[in-house]
Amino acid sequence: MAVKQSTLIKVAPWALTITLFLVWEIICTGLKIPDYLMPAPSAIWVAGVEYASPIMMHATQTLFTTLAGFALAVVVGMVLGLAVGASPLIYKACYPLLVGFNSIPKVAFVPVLVVWFGIGTVPAILTAFLISFFPVVVNVATGLATLEPELEDVLRSLGAKRWDIMIKVGLPRSLPYFFASLKVAITLAFVGSVISETVASNLGIGYLMMSASSSMNMPLVFAGLIVIGVMGVVMYELFAVLENRLTGWAHRNPNAPG
Amino acid sequence: MSFVSFENVSLAYAPGGANAIENVSLNIREGEFVAVVGPSGCGKSTLMKLVSGLKPPSEGYVFVDGREVGGPLKIIGMAFQAANLLPWRTTLDNVMLPLEIVEPFRSNLKKEKAKYTADAEALLAKVGLAGYGDKFPWELSGGMQQRASICRALIHQPRLLMLDEPFGALDAFTREELWCMLRDLWQQQPFTVVLVTHDLREAVFLADTVYVMSKRPGRILVRKEIDLPRPRPLDVTYTDAFAGYVHELREHIGRIRES
Repeated sequence: MAVKQSTLIKVAPWALTITLFLVWEIICTGLKIPDYLMPAPSAIWVAGVEYASPIMMHATQTLFTTLAGFALAVVVGMVLGLAVGASPLIYKACYPLLVGFNSIPKVAFVPVLVVWFGIGTVPAILTAFLISFFPVVVNVATGLATLEPELEDVLRSLGAKRWDIMIKVGLPRSLPYFFASLKVAITLAFVGSVISETVASNLGIGYLMMSASSSMNMPLVFAGLIVIGVMGVVMYELFAVLENRLTGWAHRNPNAPG
Repeated sequence: MSFVSFENVSLAYAPGGANAIENVSLNIREGEFVAVVGPSGCGKSTLMKLVSGLKPPSEGYVFVDGREVGGPLKIIGMAFQAANLLPWRTTLDNVMLPLEIVEPFRSNLKKEKAKYTADAEALLAKVGLAGYGDKFPWELSGGMQQRASICRALIHQPRLLMLDEPFGALDAFTREELWCMLRDLWQQQPFTVVLVTHDLREAVFLADTVYVMSKRPGRILVRKEIDLPRPRPLDVTYTDAFAGYVHELREHIGRIRES
C-alpha cells in the first residue's frame, strides 16, 4: 500500500530529526568518541535528566528574557515600521541609521549594556530586543510602502485622510508581512538573549552552557543547546499557527479558502 | 450649464517638466456619458486625476458642479483596470468601504447599518452578484471582481463616475456583458460618467460623446457625438451606423499614431 503524500509530509520532519540523532548516536558509539569532545545523544539525554531541575530554571529565565525582548521588539518595530512606511521623509531619515545599527554585531554591544544596567536580566532582554526588532520594522514598512497607488487614489478621491487610509488599508495589508517577520524575530530573540547570558549573566541557558563547558561537562552543554533549539521551534510554530489564523486570506488556496 | 468643465487645462507632473496634458478644454453635461480614447500614454489617466481633485492643474481651471476643484471631491466614484478589492474583506464589506469614509454615511453608519447593508446587497444584485456578498474577492472571477469594484464606486451615490479602462483586463465576452451592466446601471439612475478606454467599440457603444486625445502631451483632437438611439442593445454594435463611428474614430487614432 502506497503511503499518502500528505501523511508523508507530516511525518517527514520527525523522521529526519530522529534519523539525524540515530546517525549521531551510531557515529559516537561506533568510533568511541569520548563524551568531553562530542557527547552521543544518549549521553545528552542522561545529562538532561540528571540536571532537569536546573535546566528548567535556566530555561524559564531564557524564555522570559527572550519573550520580554521580543515583545519590546514587536511594539517598537511596529511603531517604527508604521512611521517609516507611511512617510518617505522618515524613511529617508531613518534608513541609514537603521541599517548601520543592524550591521553592528550585537555581542559587541553587550559590554556596553552591562556597564549601563549591570549583568543579568536587563542586558539579556535588551540584546534580544536589539537583535530582533529590525526584521519587524522592515517588514511592516514594506507592507505599507507597497500599497497599490490606484487603491490610494480611490480612497483619497473620497476624501479619506492619511489616517483613514492607514487604518482601513495600510495596517491590514501589512499584517501578513508583520506575522512573517514575527517568525524570524522570535528565533533571533533567542540568539540575542543567549548571547547576552553567555557573556554577562549568572542565570539562563547561556550561562548554564558557559559554566558547564568550563567544567568540561559537554553533555550538559549540548542539552542546553537542544533546549534552546526546541524552544525556538515551538515559538516559531506558535507564530506560524497565529499567522495562519489571522491572515489566512494572504495564504489563500483556491481549493481551501479561509 | 455644464457639470464638469475644463478651461485651457495643462498639467506637468514635475514643475517646469513636460506637460502630460496640454490646453484641454471640454464641457460635460450632468448625466452625460463621456468616453475618452487615445493612444497609450496620452494622459487619459491624468484627466481623471484632475477631475477628481487628486492633482491640481499647472495651468487653467477645472470646474465640477459650478465650483473650481480644489481638493478631493466626495461626489466622485472611481474604478480602475485592476479591481483593487481588499482581500481581507468580504465582497459586501468591500462595496461598503466608501460608506466608512464619505460623510454623511460615515457618521450614520452605526445607526443605519441595516439599511446600508440592504442597499449594498441590492446594488450587488443589480450587477448580477446576488448572494456573493459574503464571498471573498479572491473567490470571484475577474469579471465578478470588476462588477464588485464598480459597485464600490457607486455605493455612495456619486454624481460623477470615473472609470479608467475598467474592462481592459477582461476577455471579450465578459467585457460585453459588463458594458450592458454599466449601460443598465446608468440608464436606471443617470449619473455622469467619464470612461477612459482603449476600446473604440466600447466607447461608441456606451458613450454620448467620445473625445479623442493626441499623443503626449495630450490634447483633445476630436469631439464626436454618438447619435445612436437609446437604449442600445448589444446588437447595435453590428449596425452600419455603429461601424461608421468606430471606423471614423479609428482613422483619427491611426493618424495620431503615424504622426
